[in-house]
Amino acid sequence: MRLKYADNVIFRNYLKDQAKNMEQIALTIDNKKLTVEKGVTILQAARTIGIEIPTLCYFNLGDLQIENKPGGCRICVVEIEGRKNLAPACVTECATGMVVHTHNIRVLNARRTVLELILSDHPFDCLVCSKSGECELQSLAQKFGIREIHYQGEKSVYRKDTSPAIIRDIDKCIMCRRCEMMCNDFQTCGVLSAINRGFQSVVAPAFEMNLDHSTCTYCGQCVSVCPTGALTEQDHTRSVLNALADPTKTVVVQTAPAVRAALGEAFGLPAGSLVTGKMVAALRQLGFDYVFDTDFAADLTIMEEGSELLDRLTRHLKGDPHVKLPILTSCCPGWVNFFEHHFPEMIDIPSTAKSPQQMFGAVAKTYLADKIGLKRKDLVVVSIMPCLAKKYECTREEFSSDGNPDVDYALSTRELANLIKQANIGFTSLEDENFDDPMGESSGAAVIFGTTGGVIEAAVRTAYELHTGKELPKLDFEELRGLEFVRSATVDFDGLPIRIGIAHGLGNARKLLEEIKAGRSRYHAIEIMACPGGCIGGGGQPYTHGDINILKARQKAIYEEDKRKPLRKSHENPSIQRLYEEFLGTPLGEMSHHLLHTHYFDKTGEVIISE
Amino acid sequence: MIRIGSMAALEDIRKQLLQEQQTKQQENQVVVKVALATCGIASGARDILQFFSAELEKRNIEAAVLQTGCMGYCYAEPTVEVCRRGQEPVIFGYVDEKRADDIIENYIKKGVMVDGLIPKNFSTACHCEHEPQAVPEKSKQIRIALRNCGVIDPASIEDYILHDGYHALADVLNRMTPEEAIEEVIASGLKGRGGGGFLTGQKWKLTRQSQSAQKYVVCNADEGDPGAFMDRSILEGDPHSVIEAMAICAYCIGAGQGLVYIRAEYPLAIDRLLHAIGQAREAGLLGSHILGTDFHFDISLRYGAGAFVCGEETALIHSMEGHRGEPTVKPPFPSEAGYLGKPTNVNNVETFACIPLIFRLGAAWFNTIGTANSKGTKVFALAGKINKVGLVEVPMGTTLRDVIFDIGGGIQHDKQFKAVQTGGPSGGCLTAKHLDTPIDYENLTKAGSMMGSGGMIVMDEDDCMVSVAKYYLDFTVEESCGKCSPCRIGNKRLHEILEKITRGEGSMDDLNKLRNLAHVVKETSLCGLGQSSPNPVLSTMENFWEEYLEHVSDKKCRAGVCKAMMKYFILEEHCVGCMACARNCPVNAISGEKKMPHTIDQSICIKCGVCFEKCKFNAIEIR
Repeated sequence: MRLKYADNVIFRNYLKDQAKNMEQIALTIDNKKLTVEKGVTILQAARTIGIEIPTLCYFNLGDLQIENKPGGCRICVVEIEGRKNLAPACVTECATGMVVHTHNIRVLNARRTVLELILSDHPFDCLVCSKSGECELQSLAQKFGIREIHYQGEKSVYRKDTSPAIIRDIDKCIMCRRCEMMCNDFQTCGVLSAINRGFQSVVAPAFEMNLDHSTCTYCGQCVSVCPTGALTEQDHTRSVLNALADPTKTVVVQTAPAVRAALGEAFGLPAGSLVTGKMVAALRQLGFDYVFDTDFAADLTIMEEGSELLDRLTRHLKGDPHVKLPILTSCCPGWVNFFEHHFPEMIDIPSTAKSPQQMFGAVAKTYLADKIGLKRKDLVVVSIMPCLAKKYECTREEFSSDGNPDVDYALSTRELANLIKQANIGFTSLEDENFDDPMGESSGAAVIFGTTGGVIEAAVRTAYELHTGKELPKLDFEELRGLEFVRSATVDFDGLPIRIGIAHGLGNARKLLEEIKAGRSRYHAIEIMACPGGCIGGGGQPYTHGDINILKARQKAIYEEDKRKPLRKSHENPSIQRLYEEFLGTPLGEMSHHLLHTHYFDKTGEVIISE
Repeated sequence: MIRIGSMAALEDIRKQLLQEQQTKQQENQVVVKVALATCGIASGARDILQFFSAELEKRNIEAAVLQTGCMGYCYAEPTVEVCRRGQEPVIFGYVDEKRADDIIENYIKKGVMVDGLIPKNFSTACHCEHEPQAVPEKSKQIRIALRNCGVIDPASIEDYILHDGYHALADVLNRMTPEEAIEEVIASGLKGRGGGGFLTGQKWKLTRQSQSAQKYVVCNADEGDPGAFMDRSILEGDPHSVIEAMAICAYCIGAGQGLVYIRAEYPLAIDRLLHAIGQAREAGLLGSHILGTDFHFDISLRYGAGAFVCGEETALIHSMEGHRGEPTVKPPFPSEAGYLGKPTNVNNVETFACIPLIFRLGAAWFNTIGTANSKGTKVFALAGKINKVGLVEVPMGTTLRDVIFDIGGGIQHDKQFKAVQTGGPSGGCLTAKHLDTPIDYENLTKAGSMMGSGGMIVMDEDDCMVSVAKYYLDFTVEESCGKCSPCRIGNKRLHEILEKITRGEGSMDDLNKLRNLAHVVKETSLCGLGQSSPNPVLSTMENFWEEYLEHVSDKKCRAGVCKAMMKYFILEEHCVGCMACARNCPVNAISGEKKMPHTIDQSICIKCGVCFEKCKFNAIEIR
């Protein structure tokens, strides 16, 4: 079942076909003559000569080929001489001899009127909207100098929908359909689509049911691409501030690897700035009692998951027919939700290792609590995540003990940035500080969890050495890196070829899962991340507004941090070694099994489509 | 029906059927045909058919009582055609059991004419031996698309074959290459009858040129214009002509699969079409090796849920694919990437219905009918304040005056003609000054309206043109898919402004806004729906500007439609103080002493009109 969003798929194939014949097209835009290749749109052509035609529904993540251009908002309309109507620049292809005007009075009037119409059906609550300052509709209104809305009337009103991770305030939906494209075309979750018609049409789950009754994975990609405040995250900053202010609580924070490569953007630093030290300093200033690193837990994950991979491999090589291969990674909660909803028959294939966030929580509320002499209930664990699905993950019942969750609150990178700003912390001028012990030390292998391909590379570094007993000749597995949606590589484990598959984006994961289901999979291990680029492109990261270069810069920063680390293999992390010695015993041992492993559920019965 | 294996076999069968028919005609004293289309059935035609069957048998009259499709006289349903042996058939309208009895006793038995006769006002183009009328005589109406409606039994493939059916398909398969056949359609000058007016042959050619192993022929039977019902009538009265044309089209473009997208609200059309498809399959006219050739083609149905926008071809295709019925930007055109991404040719029912005759009588013949740029005929569904509501088919170039006053019988109750809306909600209002304009694609567009699918709604002096524009906007607001902002929000705002004006709260500024917004919606919307939805507003503003002005400056609605602007007054000189009005007023707005003139408190009056009805002295005046 590949749900397709007809517009984009058909259009893309069409463009591909068109691109085959690289004919040159000469045209005129705003009195400037230019030549472009056949198939190029007016919007793209205009950009090549420095003309930025405003857009709203249009969204394009460049080389990733994630593209939304339903031609629906009509903000990008231009005049083409000889045509009766104005044409949308984002979908109109250049043709020979075309004479285009992007800013004559007719175009400006039409564009302005269309924008006023959109605004006339939008709540005027910019002052209290969580998207304020990041809202693309707001920016357009500013750019167009809208000071009055001439066409006023009834506004469409819908029910607000609150889920553990995502809030839908669809009064603010402008029907750009970006979320729909992400949810259907890219993630193949099929949760969001347009419903109703005419003035009442809006993007929602089927029958306008709540997200938490749908097959939503909470990957948050809809939030990432939403131009307005219609889709935002569930905000926990106030709860965290309250916990910090509570003298009876000791508040521990953990930060995911992808956060340090993106947080700086919220403070005006260029994309790809690594702000690990400043982030630690800021968290300390905010009043967290212990500033730890999820990277520590990522190393722990590798110990467990890598051992599990080796265990399954060994049993497989010995001829055990019951071994499930390939093994699938399980650290991405969006991905876990996805297979629980869409592939319930395969829930015994993924690794049982908990995600780093939850391993951290489980260890913090046992090992750490003991070590610092606190009761579980007096310890509050906050995690800073690039992810919205983590907000849901920490509420899962199996990740709590007597009603006390292992992780109390998961904040997104964006929420942390807001917290820092609220606390008047001059982020960019902070001196770097280091994480606390004993859960702050980590290896480079843990850092690369933040990008697609990183988890499996980290696992290979450890599994190779544990399996062969030899030191790896080269740590950088270039063949596992990049941004291609589905990648594969064979790693030589000293004569044993291990075939590895990688996918990011749930639609791409679906392809690999279908292969497994059909018995055609040739992999031993597969890494899957729900978001484009992995956690660096997570639903909780600072908004990229469709700039693919931001994702690339974050990925580069992640690999740089790995290179800089003195330790680059999880099993060499002394804090991890100590944890096993003092507390856990051995990987896959009884204590580990109890604290660090989980099981999955068939969630097909949880979908409700009518009340 | 036996399987027809070749062109020769088809001809044999027709000759055989002709012979059988002639024998029957000798046997029967009379042939009675009852129009059993939706319009007839709704008026009780089924009972009339029963009545004729039973009574003729009871009264020992050798007769054949048959069903047929709509004869076009919808205003006079049930309609019945009676053909006495050796005589010209005559048509009776408003046939109830009493009149049916009269027809049997007087006309059938004695040949004495009875009331209800409808003079036949059209000629039919056809290629039949028993009606050798290739080029019809000079007549205001020429039936090409409707040629078999009201003539044949829609449930009988034999009847269709007898009337030259499937001979065009046989001709094309045996004698023409697809390219030649396409050239013939191009040469005929036939343009799409669904609204767009694109050259049909050209569309076929483009689809043929697209390279793909799989292509589709789609028949658009999603007739969504309020007041248009010609496609329904064709499918109910002559389903095989559409099947035959789709097969010809499939052969031309290289398709193996045909789909009819039909609205689920047309159950009778669906039934008859399915029945006809079954018959055609049985006869080997659909399926594999059609007429013994290597041509394979079959048709299935897809049901629409009644969304107006699904008449737009890209929206229709998405709906057929199971997606939301929303238009997409063209290009790619369906001829390149249509149903399931494959090249697809979409034509509407009426367009297809013209095809077989074009092949039988030739493109040159078709070309002689119509104007320089619009060839052939067009079916119009006459509705509104017109005497003869029904279907008419006239050559392109016929004037509105001929259609409305001659064929349509003029305005009801001898009222003054005010306007006619052509092209449904996407069209515009034309006025008395356009009455002598020849109707074709170009002229209608020039006059600010459009051909559309051929709805023609006539309005008289009692219609308020602002309310008419509001009515159509109401429809488009409801039917917009919501994909593009100008159509989704712009039409809503247009409607709100019109609402405000009809409430008597409009200002000159509102009129300016209305005009500006209408233009923006028209030129920025994604598909034909939004690009034409402001037409009723713009054309009424153009042609009835003074009415808009009256509404906003004088707060007056001359047609008396906008209640909010009406005021009821009591004329002192007429009022006798009987108190009937005061007693009946539901809100106690009327006061006055007995036998003294009364007055209405305007601040309380709800304009229900009860006082007006109750006053026996004409003392209540509406201003």
